[in-house]
Amino acid sequence: MSVRASATLPSPAVSRRQIAIAGIILGAIAWVITIPPIHVRSLVPSIILAVIAVCAGAWSAAGGERKLGIEAIVLAVLAVAGAEASAHSALGTLESVFTWSALVAATLRYMTPLLFAALGGVISESSGVTNIGLEGMMLMGAFWGIYGADLLHSWVWGVIVAMISGAVLAAVHAFFSIHLRADQIVSGFGIIFLALGITGYFLEYHYGPNGTPLNISMIPNVKLPLIQHVGFFGIAIGDANLMTWIGLALVPALTFFLFHTRGGLRLRSVGEKPRAADTLGLPVLRIRYAAVIASGVLAALGGAYLSVGFVGSFSNDMTNGRGFIALAAMIFGKWKPWGALWATLLFGFGSAMADRVSSVNPTLGTLFEALPYVVTLIAVAGLVGRSRPPAADGIPYVRE
Amino acid sequence: MSTLDEELQAEAEESGAAAARSPASLTAFRRGLSGVTIPILTAILAFIGGGLIVLATGHNPLTTYSSIFDGTGLNWLFPWVSGSERATAAGNLQQTLIQATPLLMVGLAVAFAFRAGMFNIGGQGQYTLGGIAAVWVGSSFRGMEPVLHVLFAIVAAAAAGGAWAGIAGVLKAVTGANEVITTIMLNWVAIWFGVYCFQLGGPLHSSAHDMTTTPVSNTVVNGAKLPVFWGSAALQGLDVGIFIAIGFAFVFAILIKRTRLGYEARAVGFNPDAAETAGMSAGRTWIRVMLICGAFAGIAASLDILGWKFDLFTNDVQTSQIGAYGIAVALLGRNTASGTTVAALLFGALLTGTSNRNINLSIDPTLVQYLTFMIEGLIVLLVSTDVITLRLIKGGRQLGLAVRRRPAAAAAPGPDQGGEK
Repeated sequence: MSVRASATLPSPAVSRRQIAIAGIILGAIAWVITIPPIHVRSLVPSIILAVIAVCAGAWSAAGGERKLGIEAIVLAVLAVAGAEASAHSALGTLESVFTWSALVAATLRYMTPLLFAALGGVISESSGVTNIGLEGMMLMGAFWGIYGADLLHSWVWGVIVAMISGAVLAAVHAFFSIHLRADQIVSGFGIIFLALGITGYFLEYHYGPNGTPLNISMIPNVKLPLIQHVGFFGIAIGDANLMTWIGLALVPALTFFLFHTRGGLRLRSVGEKPRAADTLGLPVLRIRYAAVIASGVLAALGGAYLSVGFVGSFSNDMTNGRGFIALAAMIFGKWKPWGALWATLLFGFGSAMADRVSSVNPTLGTLFEALPYVVTLIAVAGLVGRSRPPAADGIPYVRE
Repeated sequence: MSTLDEELQAEAEESGAAAARSPASLTAFRRGLSGVTIPILTAILAFIGGGLIVLATGHNPLTTYSSIFDGTGLNWLFPWVSGSERATAAGNLQQTLIQATPLLMVGLAVAFAFRAGMFNIGGQGQYTLGGIAAVWVGSSFRGMEPVLHVLFAIVAAAAAGGAWAGIAGVLKAVTGANEVITTIMLNWVAIWFGVYCFQLGGPLHSSAHDMTTTPVSNTVVNGAKLPVFWGSAALQGLDVGIFIAIGFAFVFAILIKRTRLGYEARAVGFNPDAAETAGMSAGRTWIRVMLICGAFAGIAASLDILGWKFDLFTNDVQTSQIGAYGIAVALLGRNTASGTTVAALLFGALLTGTSNRNINLSIDPTLVQYLTFMIEGLIVLLVSTDVITLRLIKGGRQLGLAVRRRPAAAAAPGPDQGGEK
C-alpha cells in the first residue's frame, strides 16, 4: 500500500468504526439502565437508545464496518428484549438476581477453572498443537488433586500431584500428536475418554461407593485484610480463592512470556512457521512437547481448583464439559491470554447469572446455561471478528 | 484434475481390484487389507491395555474379560450353552443389539461427515434434538394409525437432527466456521434445551409423573412403539430398530457409492478446491452432508425412544455419551458402512457386557464400566495414529480424516491452514 493511501484512509474508516462501537455501547446501556442499581421502570428510554444504536449499526455496516455494525444491531435487539424482561419483573426479583457483589464473586468462581484451562490451550496451540483434550487433563487434575490432598494430608501436595497427572496425560497427547503425527483432534478425544476411564476407575478402586473423604485439606481463600469488610468489594473480591488470584496473575505473566521474551518468541515461531524455526536451529519438537505438557499442567490446575479448591470432593466427570468451554474461550479470546481472560469472565458471568436466574425461575435459568455456547457459536461464525489460529496449529511437523 | 480423472480414480478405489496395476488400485487394495487387520489389531491392543490396568489393580484380566463376554450374551451363539444360562444369554444378547442400534446410526452420522472431510462431533446434539422430536410426536397425536405414527415420529426426529446439524453445515459453508467447534457448541445448547423441555415447568414436562422423581417427558403411546420380535416386550426384548439401523447402513453405502451426492461428498472431502474447480459447490455439499448426518443421528434417537426407552428424563439428556461413542465407532469402522456396523456391535457388546446387572461378582461392576471408557480411549488414540500410518502408506488422502485441508508436511502458511476452530 502506498504512503498516500495509508495516510488518507484511516480517518473515515475510524469514524465508522467508532460509531459502530458507540452503537454497541448504547445498546448495552439500553439494557443496563433497566436493572439495579438504576432500574428505570419504563421501556421508553431503552427503546430510544436501542433505536439510536440500530441506526448507528446500520450506518456503519453500510459504510464497510459490517461485523461491528451487525453486532451493534444484534445487541440493541437483545437489549430491548432484556429491558422488556426487566420491566415485567418485580423489583424484588431484580434485586435478588442482580446483587452485583455476589455476582462478581460467583463470576470469579466459575471463571477460575476455565481460565487455567484456556491459558493452557493458548500455550499449546501457540506452539502448533491443537489440544481438544483439555477436558481430560482437567479431569485428571481434579481427581488426582483430591487423591494427593487426601493421601499426603495437604492441599499443596494435592495441587502438585494434580499438576503431575495433567503433565503425564498431556505427554501422551504430545507423543501421539508430535511424534506419531496423529490427527490431533482425534487423539484429543482419545485423551478425554482415557481420562474419564482412569479417573472413574481409580475413584472406584480407591474410595469405593462412598466417594472421596469429607475432610480433604482444601486450597484456602485469600482474605484481603483491608477490604474484606468493605461492602461491595468485601463480598466481591475480599474472600476469593488463592487459585483465582494465581490464575489472574498468570494472565499478564503469560502475556509477558509469550510476547516479550525469547522463549515466547520461540514458542510462537514454532506454531507459526515451524520450518523457518527449524532452519534457525530451534528444536521444534522439543518446544512443542514442552508447550503441550505445560498446557496439561495448567488444565490440571483448573481441575484441581474445582475439586481441592471449591467442592472438596471428586465425582465422576465432574469437569462436565468445562474443558470444551475453555477451548471455546481460547478461540473467542483469539489465542491470546488477555482474550482468554475476557472470554472466561464472560462465560463465568453467564454461569453466575444462570445460577441467579435459576433461583428465581428454574426454567429460564436452564436456558441461561446455554447462553455462553450460543455466544461462542455467534463469535465463531464471525460476527465478532474472525479469529485466526496460529498458522501451523494442528499440523504435525515433519523434518525434511 | 478433470472430473473424468477423478471419477476413474474413485471408481478404481472403490472396486479394490488388486490385479490392476495402476497405483490407485494398488492403494485401494492396501486399504482393503489394512481396513480389516488394523481395526482388529487396534481393538486387541486396546483390550490388552485395559487388561494391564485391571492387572495392576490386583484383578485378573482374563476372568474380567470372560465375565464381560458372558455379560454381552454372545455366548448365546455357542450351542453348548443351555437351560437358564441360555435364557440369560438371550436376554443379554438382546440388550447388546439394542445398544448397538443407536451406536450404528450415530456412527454413520459421524462417518458420512468424515467422508466429506468434516468432523461431526455434534452427534450428541443431533441425537438429543431427534429424541426430543421423537418423544414429542410419539407421546402426542394419540389415536393415529400405528404405522403412520411410527413413521411420523422417525421422520420428525430425522428432521430435527438434520436441522440441528444443518446449522453447523450452513455456518461452515457461509462463514467458514470450523465444524469441530460449532458442533461442540451445538451439543451443549441441545443438552440444555433438552433439560429445559423436560424439566419442571418445561414445555414437554409430564405432569402425570410423581413430582419427587427426575423430571421426565410424557410416555410414548402404544401405537407409536416399535414391535418387539425377540424376547418379551415387558422384559425389554429386542425391537425391530436394529433392522432399521442396518437398513440405513445399506442406505449409507449406496449414498456414498452410487449417488451424485455421495460422489460430490467424496470429491469435496478429497480436495475441496479441486471439487470447486470441477464445478461442484463445496459449501452446498457440506450443508447437504451435514443435513444427512443429522438425520442419521436423529433417527438413532427415535429408534431408542420408540424401541425401548419410551420417555426421556432430564438426566438421560445430560448423561448420554452416545455422541462420543459414535465417534469411536466411526473411527474404528474406518467410516465404511460395514466397518461401522461391526464396530457398533463391538461397542454395543462392550457397553452391555460391562453394565452393572450382567457382571458376576468376581469383580466390582463399577470398575468394569470405567474399563469401557479406557478401552474406548485407547482405541481412539490408536486410531488417531493409524489414520496417519495409512496416510503415509498412500501418500494420499483417501481416508476421510486426512482430508482436513492439511498438507502432510507443515509450514505452508496462510490463515486457512489450521482451519478456523
